[in-house]
Amino acid sequence: MFKDIIIGQYVPGKSVLHRLDPKIKIILTLAYIIMLFMLKSPLAYAAFAAATAALIALSCINLRFFLKGLRPMLFIIVFTAVINLFFTPGEALASAHVFRWTISVTKEGVRMAAVMFYRLVLLVTGTSLLTLTTSPLMLTDGIEKLLSPLTIVRVPAHEIAMMMTIAIRFIPTLAEETDKIQKAQTARGADFSSKNLIKRIKAMIPLLVPLFVSAFRRADELATAMDARCYNGGSRRTRLHESHIGKADILYASVYIAVCISVLALNAV
Amino acid sequence: MLETKNLYFRYRDEDLETGEVEYDEILHGINLNIKKGSFTAVLGHNGSGKSTLAKHFNAILLPSGGKVYVKGMDTADERNLFGIRSTAGMVFQNPDNQLVAAIVEDEAAFAPENLGVEPKEIRRRVDECLGIVGMTEFAHSEPSKLSGGQKQRVAIASVLTMEPECIILDEPTAMLDPKGREEVMRTIQKLNREKGMTVVLITHYMDEAASADRVIVIDNGSIVLDDVPKKVFAQVDRLRELGLDTPQVTELAHMLRHDGFDLPGDILSVDEAAEKLMELFGKMRK
Amino acid sequence: MIKAEHVNYIYQPGMAGERQALFDISMEIADGTLNALIGHTGSGKSTLIQHFNALVRPTSGRIFIDGTDVTDKKTDLREVRRRVGLVFQYPEHQLFEETVEKDIAFGPRNLGLTDEEIKERVHAASAAVGLKEKYLSRSPFELSGGQKRRAAIAGVLAMNPEVLILDEPTAGLDPRGRDAILDIIKQLHAQNPRMIIIFVSHSMEDVAKTAEYVYVMNRGRLAIRGTTAEVFAEGGELVKMGLNVPQVTLLVNRLIEAGIPLPRDVYTVKYAVKEIERLLR
Repeated sequence: MFKDIIIGQYVPGKSVLHRLDPKIKIILTLAYIIMLFMLKSPLAYAAFAAATAALIALSCINLRFFLKGLRPMLFIIVFTAVINLFFTPGEALASAHVFRWTISVTKEGVRMAAVMFYRLVLLVTGTSLLTLTTSPLMLTDGIEKLLSPLTIVRVPAHEIAMMMTIAIRFIPTLAEETDKIQKAQTARGADFSSKNLIKRIKAMIPLLVPLFVSAFRRADELATAMDARCYNGGSRRTRLHESHIGKADILYASVYIAVCISVLALNAV
Repeated sequence: MLETKNLYFRYRDEDLETGEVEYDEILHGINLNIKKGSFTAVLGHNGSGKSTLAKHFNAILLPSGGKVYVKGMDTADERNLFGIRSTAGMVFQNPDNQLVAAIVEDEAAFAPENLGVEPKEIRRRVDECLGIVGMTEFAHSEPSKLSGGQKQRVAIASVLTMEPECIILDEPTAMLDPKGREEVMRTIQKLNREKGMTVVLITHYMDEAASADRVIVIDNGSIVLDDVPKKVFAQVDRLRELGLDTPQVTELAHMLRHDGFDLPGDILSVDEAAEKLMELFGKMRK
Repeated sequence: MIKAEHVNYIYQPGMAGERQALFDISMEIADGTLNALIGHTGSGKSTLIQHFNALVRPTSGRIFIDGTDVTDKKTDLREVRRRVGLVFQYPEHQLFEETVEKDIAFGPRNLGLTDEEIKERVHAASAAVGLKEKYLSRSPFELSGGQKRRAAIAGVLAMNPEVLILDEPTAGLDPRGRDAILDIIKQLHAQNPRMIIIFVSHSMEDVAKTAEYVYVMNRGRLAIRGTTAEVFAEGGELVKMGLNVPQVTLLVNRLIEAGIPLPRDVYTVKYAVKEIERLLR
């Protein structure tokens, strides 16, 4: 499950979006999110949604992957929309009496609910565009590069990226191990499905202790294996994949920014 | 290539309650000289000190007494560290716990990246070394999707990209199935025979040691046997005492000899055993 | 008795990773037998043994342990798991308690036994695996590799299973440790006349030395079964499946091809020596 959230995301491909420099993609995704919260006019909303649809088409990724990304978020999206629908004060459209309370749906409430729904759906879609077209490694690489100016103020950019890489590498291993230990303890009569919450938490101990012990052992062995291959932190390190911002990246970013400005212009209408 | 001079290694063991300090001596005065281009197998049961010895060749452990030299470089001198580690590359037992990267190709690139090699040169080495271990078609795979033998070959490639002259493998097949073991052994033999690489293989599998040109048996922190495989394996009873196996055909020949039949004591392979037994049957018919 | 009837298992049905792991497995294993299950990695061995204690349910087909259908949804699974003890590969990785004693007691405690009974079980189980009393009060993490493995096996034995299944119990051990574990298996077999023991192994030498009956899995099917002698007499078939055959079996087959009238079912060194000497004298 955990595995699917983090690495099950990337869909390999050769589209324009796949080939872009990860740094550009991360920055533009941030711009996308900021834009989303600056929109006001319905026209701008429509234009922005159309631009997003164009990006999805450009990614050559089947729409169902985007829907799959939305599914776990569905509850939060609907919940937020419903809260806004009922609890926004304003001009009542309809109201009902439940016991001693009056629940009313206001005009503002409907508007807010629609806006929240729209924002959250596009927020998930927009970030999915990044994670679906960028491999976790490219992503960590991009983050490392973007954070690297901050090493001056002692942000450990390389170490953060290294930790992310190792996490990505070990998630499948640990997921498999969890499954195995869980089965082994079940074979010894452990009950992981008890309805009693306290029992269930207690049942986790025979699973978590071996998992931690193994994680520490792995960490220790990995550290030795890294030492043996002359690992010495980020300084002086070169990279196999040197990412360079090319003409295509600049062109794409320019078009992207132009579209953003146009949408903002519509916002003022 | 690799040399130890009167090497001692002990762990300091302090009892927290009584404050007593004990020393747990793992290696007692090892003197060894491993020649360039040779293939040496180091045998011994678990706890004999064989892995401790291996870790000294890579400066992962430093001697408590005596000296270890890698191509003339003293492992105790910290300035030699990267030189030693890139001259004598080390592969470990657990294939899962020595891979850092989420993609095979990046794994192979890890060491030269650390050494600050030019990207173009890294590319060349990665392609070449994945080719040597036969993993080229998996360059873009995730290690977690590979078999044990394949992971171990990636681990070997990721050491080869440092272009070492010597490779030390610490029980690289202990966790593999027979197919994986064979893949790894074939790779090791290829490195030694075709690339002229000095190989030190730590193992407790006799059949693996049989392909080496020198076998060193360690027991209780000391070298007890050191010879060509044929001479070492002929000592069936001595090996059993040391908690080691002998190949089944060697044992068979040994038992037949014991019962008075005329067979050489240093038979290692099925082919050899079949040939000698046929001679014996032939003589009998006459 | 274990009885499997037409067991099929499909892994992740309907998903991208769909793959049939077991094809129409039917087998019967009699009480009091010592069995080996062999096959290359991915042949379905581990999947099959997990069916025997209902950790995995078959896609179709049924499995009976002494007449109880373990594939029936109404069957009490905890009772099945008590009766069928399963020791996983590298079982020492599941140790978690503060002391070895508590760890071995984990299974019996889950069964709801009294403290008195638990204590008895722990002592009997640790004696059966040759784990010395003095280790019981230690942390399992302080033990050596071989001792850890014994403690883990004792943890399953303490459930008093009628069937004991061990998945590659000698993996990663040196010859001494391996022989110690094989001896424990043989002793358990000798001392428990009704217990079914099944062990999975990659080492044909271990199988030859230990098992009475051998089951060979190949690509999810039960390819060969029989007594150890019968199965090793099919040396050629085993080699085709990518399995290693004991060196003596290869040697004897070579000699038979060259016209020496040796029996085909030779699979131990002792037996080979006896037969060769008989012919030479």
